[in-house]
Amino acid sequence: MSTTPTLKRPARAKGDRMTWWEAIYLPEIFRGLAITSRHFFSNMTGHILQLFGLGRNLQPAVTIQYPEVVRPLPERTRTLHRLTKREDGSPRCVACMMCESACPAFCIFITAGEHPDPTIEKYPVRFEIDLGLCVFCGYCVEACPEDAIRMDTGIVELSTYRREDLLLTIDQLLKLEPVDRTTPRSMHPIPPREGDGTWSPPGVEVPTHLRAGLTRLSGDPIAVGSDQPPSS
Amino acid sequence: MIVEALIHLVKVLLVIGFVMNVAGLLTWVERKQSAVMQDRIGANRADIFGFRLIGLFHPIADGLKMITKEDFIPPGGNRFLHTMAPFAAFFPALIAFAIIPFGDVLRVGGRIIPLQVVDFNVGVLYLLAVGGMSVYGVVLAGWSSNNKYSLLGGLRASAQLISYEITLGLSIIGVLMVFQTLQLSEINRLQGELLFGFIPKWGVVVQPLAFLLFFTAAVAESRRIPFDQPESESEIIGYFTEYSGMKWGMFMFADFIETVTVAGVATSVFFGGWQVPYLFADGFHFPWGSIVALPHLAVILLQVASFVFKVLFFCWLLMTIRWTLPRFRYDQVMRLGWKYLLPLSLFNILATGVVILALQAL
Ligand code: SF4
Ligand code: SF4
Repeated sequence: MSTTPTLKRPARAKGDRMTWWEAIYLPEIFRGLAITSRHFFSNMTGHILQLFGLGRNLQPAVTIQYPEVVRPLPERTRTLHRLTKREDGSPRCVACMMCESACPAFCIFITAGEHPDPTIEKYPVRFEIDLGLCVFCGYCVEACPEDAIRMDTGIVELSTYRREDLLLTIDQLLKLEPVDRTTPRSMHPIPPREGDGTWSPPGVEVPTHLRAGLTRLSGDPIAVGSDQPPSS
Repeated sequence: MIVEALIHLVKVLLVIGFVMNVAGLLTWVERKQSAVMQDRIGANRADIFGFRLIGLFHPIADGLKMITKEDFIPPGGNRFLHTMAPFAAFFPALIAFAIIPFGDVLRVGGRIIPLQVVDFNVGVLYLLAVGGMSVYGVVLAGWSSNNKYSLLGGLRASAQLISYEITLGLSIIGVLMVFQTLQLSEINRLQGELLFGFIPKWGVVVQPLAFLLFFTAAVAESRRIPFDQPESESEIIGYFTEYSGMKWGMFMFADFIETVTVAGVATSVFFGGWQVPYLFADGFHFPWGSIVALPHLAVILLQVASFVFKVLFFCWLLMTIRWTLPRFRYDQVMRLGWKYLLPLSLFNILATGVVILALQAL
């Protein structure tokens, strides 16, 4: 004889079932209406008092009027990247590709050149971040052995009208400054792209085979924002 | 003759202007009131030359947006009915207000002007009949869209409207039994009487249960939350999914007009309409004996102001309900309508009859 498995009902938690008073619904409706009307009238009083310059300590609305009023970001928020510089203004980056390897979104694209200074060995001819792919995880910052990349510009308003503008080149990344912690947020626009997107130490010619066009913008437009890992 | 026609025209324009303007403002009130209830500020960005005027330009911006949007008729839909449906929904909502008196008779220069567009002696039946017509717009919209989900929405809507119409009608019957007339102006006048010499004999005083039933059914008839099951715009889709632009706007606007109409009917039948407590044709007669005489015009103005105030109060109440309660599930809507409201309204009629008979026997 086969037994039919019986599904055991989980025991009802206390308060799971409506009491008769709740089930007739009407008293609960009045309770709900009382709560919402209380909010309505107290907030309305606050709004009207503030219209006449009174009741400054009241807060009838908790919302922030965003573009006019910006809310301070928490100190450790990861915001737009920048490349840090040495005293002479050259990038600290030694093109070790650590960040590019660590990036889970494959959105950092570095082309290395040979640095004339043998203690530095390499420098980035190109250093591009595709913000359209970036997930702002901060792994690049943690991976960098040279403290060459940071996410402390305080810029979070990144929308653009064109997808190409989300690709930041090395000259843009070098121009960005850390946010002044006394101001709530940096409202600096992202600096426009200049030149051909390459950088080289003074007196060093960018090798010609690295000159041609932006890595991710050249030729095939599909390359922009493509989710393929860079074929290196 | 000409003067008569002119007076009628003015009254019609007044009432239509009142209803349309209040309904238009309600779109603004809905946003602002919900915002204030939820500790927000609400829509305040539309401006004309930099003046924002606490968001009052938003209804205008909405209207402009809807008028300039593409008017889309789904392929395979019935062009004619698809175009007719918004009008069929809009029209009954608008004309219901014609029957509602907004003041007592005005006497100027030997002329007697009842402050009401039409004074049918079957006024209440007219209200119910016009209310019943609004189901056509909904069903036609669902059917002519050539979209099975719209059709289902339309069917949900018609089932709901028809179910709650019964309660609506039966709950008013109690009031009719008390006042012994179908004429709304007469019902309003009778509500000016005093019970035990000091309680105004408003419908809600003599028929409290009927008022609750009527109000619930009327909210269901106006298809707003908690009874917006037919639309359910946020998840399951409703009957006007296939509408865009101003035709969609007309459905939305019809809802707001119905809100005003529900407020008007509730005021008129249950809250004394234009009655101000203790205000009679020649001034205030307070129950403790003092009398404040007022000129005729002042009395009429007070009455109209009282009516407008009550209607606005009910609009506010309906908005508060809309922004407080969650939506009923469909089976809950049906259960509430058929298993609770309908028996209760029948019981109300029975109880009213017993009380009336008992009072007569005394
Ligand atoms: S924040 Fe993360 S996703 Fe963005 S560039 Fe750095 S490692 Fe890549
Ligand atoms: S930014 Fe840092 S991790 Fe990335 S390539 Fe330059 S030095 Fe290496």
